[in-house]
Amino acid sequence: MKKIISILVRNKPGVLSHVAGLVTRRAYNVESIAAGPTENHQITRITLVVSGDEKVLEQVSRQFEKLIDVIKVDAIPHELALTGELALITVSFTPEKKTEIMSLIALLGLTIKSIERDSATVMIAGSAQSVDTAINGLAPFHIKAMARTGLVALPIGGVTD
Amino acid sequence: MTGAQAIVHFFKEMGIDLVFGYPGGQIIPLYDALYDSGIKHILARHEQGAIHAADGFARASGKTGVVIATSGPGATNLVTGLANAHMDSVPILAITGQVPTTSLGTDSFQEADIYGISIPITKYNYLIKEPSDLLPALSEAYYLTSSGRPGPVLVDVPKDIQTAHVDPSIPKPVSIPGYNPQPAPKAEQVSALAEALTRSLRPIFYVGGGANMNNVAEALLKLAEASDIGVVTSLQGKGIFPDGHSLSLGLPGMHGPKYANIAINEADLIIGLGVRFDDRVVGDVRRFAPLARIAHVDLDLAEIGKRLSVDLPVSGDLKLVLEELERKLSPIKRPEWKKRILELKKEYPLTIPKSLKEIKPQAVISALSAATKGGAIIVTDVGQHQMWSAQFIESKKPRRFLSSGGLGTMGFGLPAAIGASLSGRKDPVVLVSGDGGFQMNLQELATIRQYNLPVKIVIINNGCLGMVRQWQQFFFQRRYSQTIFEYNPDFSKLAEVYGIPSQRIEDPNEVERAIGALISSKGPGLLDVIVDMEENVLPMIPAGRGQTDFYETDS
Ligand SMILES: Cc1ncc(C[n+]2csc(CCOP(=O)(O)OP(=O)(O)O)c2C)c(N)n1
Repeated sequence: MKKIISILVRNKPGVLSHVAGLVTRRAYNVESIAAGPTENHQITRITLVVSGDEKVLEQVSRQFEKLIDVIKVDAIPHELALTGELALITVSFTPEKKTEIMSLIALLGLTIKSIERDSATVMIAGSAQSVDTAINGLAPFHIKAMARTGLVALPIGGVTD
Repeated sequence: MTGAQAIVHFFKEMGIDLVFGYPGGQIIPLYDALYDSGIKHILARHEQGAIHAADGFARASGKTGVVIATSGPGATNLVTGLANAHMDSVPILAITGQVPTTSLGTDSFQEADIYGISIPITKYNYLIKEPSDLLPALSEAYYLTSSGRPGPVLVDVPKDIQTAHVDPSIPKPVSIPGYNPQPAPKAEQVSALAEALTRSLRPIFYVGGGANMNNVAEALLKLAEASDIGVVTSLQGKGIFPDGHSLSLGLPGMHGPKYANIAINEADLIIGLGVRFDDRVVGDVRRFAPLARIAHVDLDLAEIGKRLSVDLPVSGDLKLVLEELERKLSPIKRPEWKKRILELKKEYPLTIPKSLKEIKPQAVISALSAATKGGAIIVTDVGQHQMWSAQFIESKKPRRFLSSGGLGTMGFGLPAAIGASLSGRKDPVVLVSGDGGFQMNLQELATIRQYNLPVKIVIINNGCLGMVRQWQQFFFQRRYSQTIFEYNPDFSKLAEVYGIPSQRIEDPNEVERAIGALISSKGPGLLDVIVDMEENVLPMIPAGRGQTDFYETDS
């Protein structure tokens, strides 16, 4: 089972160490972790995708709630989750494959960030699934480098109750 | 006012008049401010000694213990003490010196990232980078140590912050968004518990360190007596319910008396109160209290359901929950259960093996219990003697049995006894230590002498690392790998060198008199008791086994 956990934390130095430390210390399986500012500059939102059974996931939320810097922990149910992710992908190619690649990039709706003689870097922003689709689409060519942000999420309406 | 002076000012405002510590280069400004401050500073002989002493002080007094150390090695010497206090939820404020902010991160002389190191072993921690952050951080830190579930908090203070100018106003009250130290119990959860208790025929309270407050102890006694509820107490809970009471079942788990574990096995309701359902108590999760519904009352939500599934979770402050429970409950007498408890205790008593030649460790501890009659603070180290103490010392009140439970830290005992002796309690302080653990922090004998602290030391000297030796005997065919001391100093002579009166005994007939003399002596004293090397702590449930899988010895 997978769960999206959204954590609001006090924006303090070291808060990421406290959160990341808890994940390793308690041996949780975290698939992605993304952190960034919120509407309030004193508060940071950290989004985690965690896998495990029901009992473990319940523990994860409670252990996070216990961290002093944590203000609120929300497990966002999948049916209520609005999610998004961003990825940058560099593909390399031989000159004769260039046209093929270019049409694929257009087909997949990717944004071109740069084109070199033998490589291109593209960007995709969307659901985790659309990012996966783009990566799978490019996979037959040589993916030279990739950076994914990890999932961010909000519940429909912005807050859970 | 400088940062260092502000820290001392803060101590005074908070009523902190006693601190433990050890100086060094990056903390000199704070020591300079302490110099003529009137605050009493106990100079340990090792930072580990200082922090365990602060820990012992906190356990005995219920107040936050304060410890100060320098950067680098001074700070890393606190690590075991922090982890120890974290595991047993002991309130400690640790203040460390650090290299100046301008040198942070450059591997400067005596720089260690104690902030990073201490994250997993503190309740919270701080690295101060701005002078204006110092006092807000200190007051938040101090508040965190003892509010909610207590724990150690570390504040790392770079040297230039100690010398910088700071505004001496102390912000209060502290408010931390999302931190709720005294959660109100949920009425429906307490009602469910009251209902389960009313229907229960064989209920047991399982009491832990979270109940370590006088008013909770009183409420518990009242509830248990009114409704004939059996009581087991974890190592941290020992004394909260009086040992020797007709409803007391003592220590549950690995080295608890058989009657405690059989009672748990027969119970139909276990009510955990401020306790962790530790693996040394529970053993095999699937076979713990097979007939019972499990209720768990704790203010730390993360503890509820952590190890085993809980049928009746009750979140909230223990005192509030018990008050609410008392209101909702009409006392019910359970003569059958009470009779069964007495019967079990009679059928499976803890026994002291007889010997004419060698001293049996259990006899020593039993004599100590008889001599102190529940009126002493007993501090233990870790190992066999600790378990025998848990079995044979009769504790009657909270905060009178201090022992490193969660971390099981050898070397804890001696410095913790020092702290306990400074806790302001009148009760005499007696340390029961093994010969192994004693040698882990014996430098603190100097601290005892310097401040003339009336700590009584009993060494259960079996010439070996008894607890490990026992496991090797039971589970590794007596292959005593590195557990026998082929050399030990004469501890009684050693004490003499430190100016501490001492005695060494080997004859079973001397035990009672020697213990009596030690307890009635005025100042510090050490009694080195040579005991039977191959004595074992029994009963024993091997790790991970069921509640009644008692290990059977061949002899
Ligand atoms: C710091 C530390 N190191 C190692 C251990 C493992 N250990 C647990 S009990 C024990 C033996 C303790 O021997 P001693 O102090 O002589 O006490 P006894 O068991 O003989 O009563 C050891 C080595 C520990 N608990 N703590």
